[in-house]
Amino acid sequence: MGTFVTIYSLLGISLVLSLVKSREKTKKAFKVAGKALLKSAPSLLAVLGIVGLTLGVLTPDTISNLVGAEAGFMATIAAAVIGAVTLIPSLVAFPLAGSLLRSGATVMTISAFITTLVMVGVVTAPMEIKTLGKKFTVLRNGLGFLVALIIAGIMGLIL
Amino acid sequence: MMEMIKKFRLPILIGFIYVVLALFVPIAASRSTKVLWDYFKEMAMIMPPVFLLMGLMEVWVPKNEIQKWLGSGAGIRGGVISFVLGTLPTGPLYVAFPMTAALLRKGASITNMILFLGSWAALKIPQLMIEIKFLGIPFTALRFVLTLAGLIAMGFIMETALGHRSVDKWLPPEDEEAGNGMKGKMKI
Repeated sequence: MGTFVTIYSLLGISLVLSLVKSREKTKKAFKVAGKALLKSAPSLLAVLGIVGLTLGVLTPDTISNLVGAEAGFMATIAAAVIGAVTLIPSLVAFPLAGSLLRSGATVMTISAFITTLVMVGVVTAPMEIKTLGKKFTVLRNGLGFLVALIIAGIMGLIL
Repeated sequence: MMEMIKKFRLPILIGFIYVVLALFVPIAASRSTKVLWDYFKEMAMIMPPVFLLMGLMEVWVPKNEIQKWLGSGAGIRGGVISFVLGTLPTGPLYVAFPMTAALLRKGASITNMILFLGSWAALKIPQLMIEIKFLGIPFTALRFVLTLAGLIAMGFIMETALGHRSVDKWLPPEDEEAGNGMKGKMKI
């Protein structure tokens, strides 16, 4: 809800200012926006479809089963991969992570899951590639995955 | 017609997967469809105003302003601005991709944009609140510090890998006429 309020009020203010200053330029902004939106439509649809599929197949229950209460390196890798390929709202993800932690998963596993979940977006990749290019997307997500594993390792050692 | 199919081949393929899923695992398919519908409503509300804001930025904000505040010459100040902008409660990450592309075109540095995207994705204030509630302050604080350090490192690595060439060399073109899946043929 906060998101909508923020974006729409920002848009309202900017639009009024823009209209006051120049109708022509405002019209041009609409044109630019429409073109960009049309261009992104296929990748937006793809992202929606993939989000639906991953969330429909990988339910919180399935994830708990996969990550489980097992300790060890393999659980951490599995958690990192699941985090990378899913897009779970934080209101679902953090309670899930908390309950996994209490039921015996290690800090390393949980931080791997959380960090790849937020840093790596396989699901949103079609959209990222469309707007920012393949090179940028592969580098950002690849490096993000590595960094997430390092972060998980350090957190496991400290906490 | 072929153009359209080519453009939409990924959504069409995903549609097929839904059909297959519906035939074999109907429960998962109905869950997926519900999620799809929820996210569709969210996107339909968010994307048009976001793109309009970008259009306004495109038209009104001069290139040298962005360069001055977020370019590679902006130093630590540029990094701090990118980080703060990212942590504001502004919605899902896919909103940030087109914004980042627009900012890069206007002269923002790669390091700053990695910080912007990264803090948007991983260090958002409302998200941190939820994290503290369920995983505690030590976990959240440590992840915050390590993620920030990791993002800065990622920024420098990507700046080295991509930054030596001009943005047009790797960023997809803004208007799609040139890139309608005909790229190979048009070049000849």
